Amino acid sequence: MRYLPKSPADREAMLKAMGLRSVDDLFAPIPAEYRLNRDLKIPRQMAESEIVDYFRQRSRENAEGYVSFLGAGAYSHYRPVIIDSLISRGEFLTAYTPYQAEISQGTLQSIFEFQTMICELTGMEVANASMYDGSTAAAEAVMMAVRLTGRRSVIVARSLHPEYREVLATYATHQGMPLSTAGFGENGRVNLADLEKSISAETACVLIQSPNFFGTIEDVAAVADIVHRNGALLVVSIAEAVSLGIVEPPREADIIAMEAQSFGVPLGFGGPYCGVIATREKFVRQMPGRLVGQTVDKHGKRGFVLTLATREQHIRREKATSNICTNQALVALMVNIFMTVYGKVGLRELAKQNLAKAAYAAAQFGKQSTVLFGGAPRFNEFVVRTSEDSYAINNRLLGHKVIGGLPLKKFYPELGNAALWCCTELSTRSSIDTAVGLVAESERSVRSAKQEAEEVAR
Amino acid sequence: MKHMTRKATRHVNQNEGLIFEKSSAGKAAWKLPPLDVPEVDSTSLLGGVERRDLGNMPEVSEIEIIRHFTRLSTWNYAIDLGMYPLGSCTMKYNPRVNEAVVRVEGIANGHPYQPEKISQGALQIIKTLSQCLIEITGMDAITLQPAAGAHGEMTGLLMVRAYHHSKGRPRKKVLIPDSAHGTNPATAAMVDYAVENLKSDSRGMVDISALAAQMNEDVAALMLTNPNTLGVFEQDIHKIADILHAKGGLLYMDGANMNALVGKVRPGDFGVDLMHLNLHKTFSTPHGGGGPGSGPVAVKKVLAPFLPKPVLVNKADGTLGFEYNRPQSVGRVRAFYGNFGMFVRALAYIQANGPDGLRQTTEDAVLNANYIRKGLEGAYELPYSTPTMHEVVFSDKLQAKKGVRTMDIAKRLIDYGFHPYTTAFPLIVPGAMMIEPTESESIEELDLFVEAMKSIAEEVEENAQTVLDAPHSTRVSRLDETAAARKPVLRWKPVT
Amino acid sequence: MAYPTDRKYTKEHEWIQPNGNTAAIGITDHAQESLGDIVFVELPKVGAELTSGKTFGTVESVKAVSDLFAPASGTVTEINGDLATSPEKVNKDAHGAWMIKISLKNPKELDSLLSSSDYDKFVAEEGGH
Repeated sequence: MRYLPKSPADREAMLKAMGLRSVDDLFAPIPAEYRLNRDLKIPRQMAESEIVDYFRQRSRENAEGYVSFLGAGAYSHYRPVIIDSLISRGEFLTAYTPYQAEISQGTLQSIFEFQTMICELTGMEVANASMYDGSTAAAEAVMMAVRLTGRRSVIVARSLHPEYREVLATYATHQGMPLSTAGFGENGRVNLADLEKSISAETACVLIQSPNFFGTIEDVAAVADIVHRNGALLVVSIAEAVSLGIVEPPREADIIAMEAQSFGVPLGFGGPYCGVIATREKFVRQMPGRLVGQTVDKHGKRGFVLTLATREQHIRREKATSNICTNQALVALMVNIFMTVYGKVGLRELAKQNLAKAAYAAAQFGKQSTVLFGGAPRFNEFVVRTSEDSYAINNRLLGHKVIGGLPLKKFYPELGNAALWCCTELSTRSSIDTAVGLVAESERSVRSAKQEAEEVAR
Repeated sequence: MKHMTRKATRHVNQNEGLIFEKSSAGKAAWKLPPLDVPEVDSTSLLGGVERRDLGNMPEVSEIEIIRHFTRLSTWNYAIDLGMYPLGSCTMKYNPRVNEAVVRVEGIANGHPYQPEKISQGALQIIKTLSQCLIEITGMDAITLQPAAGAHGEMTGLLMVRAYHHSKGRPRKKVLIPDSAHGTNPATAAMVDYAVENLKSDSRGMVDISALAAQMNEDVAALMLTNPNTLGVFEQDIHKIADILHAKGGLLYMDGANMNALVGKVRPGDFGVDLMHLNLHKTFSTPHGGGGPGSGPVAVKKVLAPFLPKPVLVNKADGTLGFEYNRPQSVGRVRAFYGNFGMFVRALAYIQANGPDGLRQTTEDAVLNANYIRKGLEGAYELPYSTPTMHEVVFSDKLQAKKGVRTMDIAKRLIDYGFHPYTTAFPLIVPGAMMIEPTESESIEELDLFVEAMKSIAEEVEENAQTVLDAPHSTRVSRLDETAAARKPVLRWKPVT
Repeated sequence: MAYPTDRKYTKEHEWIQPNGNTAAIGITDHAQESLGDIVFVELPKVGAELTSGKTFGTVESVKAVSDLFAPASGTVTEINGDLATSPEKVNKDAHGAWMIKISLKNPKELDSLLSSSDYDKFVAEEGGH
């Protein structure tokens, strides 16, 4: 086996040094009746070339060469090549959690920079070293708000990513946290009147997403006003991090739960991604997850350590802020490098291109179909309602190697034949025109079929 | 230094400030293509929510970024440099073919919502890995959704709760041995189970009579790590399972130490009802400085209805797809399907090994731990003489007499070119030194480690201060953690 | 260490110094010694009700958290705000750095607590284990 650095003679020598005859002697503590006396029924040992072939084959069965207009919590942005060159350095890739600070300064300093940039972008005062993803970060942020307020009820915007809502429901079930929902209005934003009605003195927090699941930017200040008037906390989920380049961050929020996948993390069929929680300094002791802090060594030299560890499971055990241990450090490093590459000016320009592409696409779609939620600003996603069923349209688009917008029927039946389209800097004008043209064809054929039927009826 | 090591030599590494300290206006490492759609007036589109200033975000060039992160990287220790004997962390070689195949286009760029019919490759990977893990654990069904071990624990206990609830009573508490990892009690609390500690006997195993006394119909499950955190196989595992099952409880296994068992024994065969695996431990996916991990949960048939949704199924038309209609499911624990990139790596690892390679891997891991045990016996106190599996726990009892504690010895190991072992855990061993070499170490590396540890033991006798002041060779000396915690500085700020 | 005689002690290593119907509460020098460098003290709000023997807060060092147990029942009237920014004061002068003041619900509860010499003996025995 090519990963094992021992010859048969080495093994013999080691056994001999221990006074053992066979390696089986070492497994004697396992009761004989449970020992496996056969080969595992798994694929045989493969050569490296065979393994590469196997995955190339799987790749070919997996939407290679399609143009995609999918977003909905997983975004296709360009990944600068230096991300992979740098994260592939063994010193980052094959290191453990930086508990031994003296030989982990590389990881620690990069996390400190990550925390700083997340603070700069979100307008918050502190950020943690990462969480599993945006959905679990949102759930953990809500639990944090429950601890901070001592209240238990939670109001969730219906315009929050539906899978994030499902994850929160799972986490909340056994925490004694009743969940209720605030609907959205004509403009796709949280219905403030609805929120006013459902909020009470029992409400620990309100969880919204901005830009929300429909790509619409919420009126965070107005929501915050209602939330804070009722003594609750505002938790804002951000799923499309690139929006922070040109959209004001939700500064009125008390906790921000973010998915940073957009910043240089491959789509990778849904993971690993990079969640992160940012908040106000005064709330830091209730924040879950690892934190890196700056300090000095014995000689006064600057250095970094994991800090405020007493919040965590290995010390506080059942009273910890969360059970989280392993997080997403290497993915956070990708995010860190991406943020560094684009920086202060590039992120804005990148976001501006996203804005322009989506605005162009929405305008084109709007000529034949209905683009919903026009009454509020949006970033790089928008909802198109068509006459024909969204799945049927998408099936035809696939024939042209185009993956259309995400049909929303499953999540929002009330929107009818609606689909969520996303355009990023990678969406070319010609691919947008192709998609628009195909959808327009569908609209025309439905319309002419309808006309024919009307004529027949007449 | 009298006892200079054969393994390491000091070498120069570069100083490097924070990236913000290199920033100046006008530098850039990015270039966007010309816009092929009409420019937009962001102010008219966004109005009051338009952002105009990105604060202190850096402005630097590409070469500076490359040097910055490359310099930082050289300040880290890593498996690629040498032995990383952190107990219960299974710091094994991270094969490079794993990294290559995860970057193949259709795998790296697959969108989680692309239609299933053009996702068959990804679904096939999930299915094949699931089948392998089910066979390796001897269980019946599995979810790959949890993002890490602790997340798997939570998923597992949610299923325990759902199972008991379906029987009419969710029960109140979970038994956890005093040797358990801190995530176990933290997880139980998240699922609203009270934690009851179970003490270990003189062999470092679950005290069977205590278990029998504590077991009743309020106990939902026992969370057991096997081999446990002393590296000891619970020899009475069948009795443990019987005691639990007799009162309707479930046996949950924390699979953190599965590297001791793969291909030699299957938890499903010795009475475990459900367990999580850590793909980043046993199945070679890189730790990456603290993640990402992946924590699949494998279960027996009776628990399958409660698996998180969606669940991968064979559809009537012969293709693979996700089933969302799972009325008894505990729900979702994560958006999308889990850390798919880790599944790809783990499957590549299993394929590179095959059944024979996995068995040999386990044997080598256990062989290595026992070789170290043999080498260090006498020099360090061995608190439990019970046979060792994949890791061995010594204590600092002998060195403590000179005022030298486990952390000091650990720090001194750094000067000898090794990463420290795990300190201060398990809690049942005061001054614990928990050593897990894994299968990835050659006899030469093991000998150097033993030599280093013995040399440190001698130093403690002759000149304890050298050990107390260690490390001497790192770019920073011991850091002031107290100051960091008292007045936390958690982000950089410009000097005003 | 001489433990001041103007107060009573608990086996959980808190001290309580009565003053009429009110009392100040802190942790003993022995407690701060065994905790090491204290980095954070979490205290209840003014107005909180304490029950004798129940936890009312925590003290944290870098790698440990310890619960604080109420030596007597009562209502919190004052907290030592200095400790929020300077928790090291507990290390420097544990018997001077009071944490909270309470109005005693039942001053007789103090009768069952340890005297300074009893506490001294208790610590000596505990250390001998």
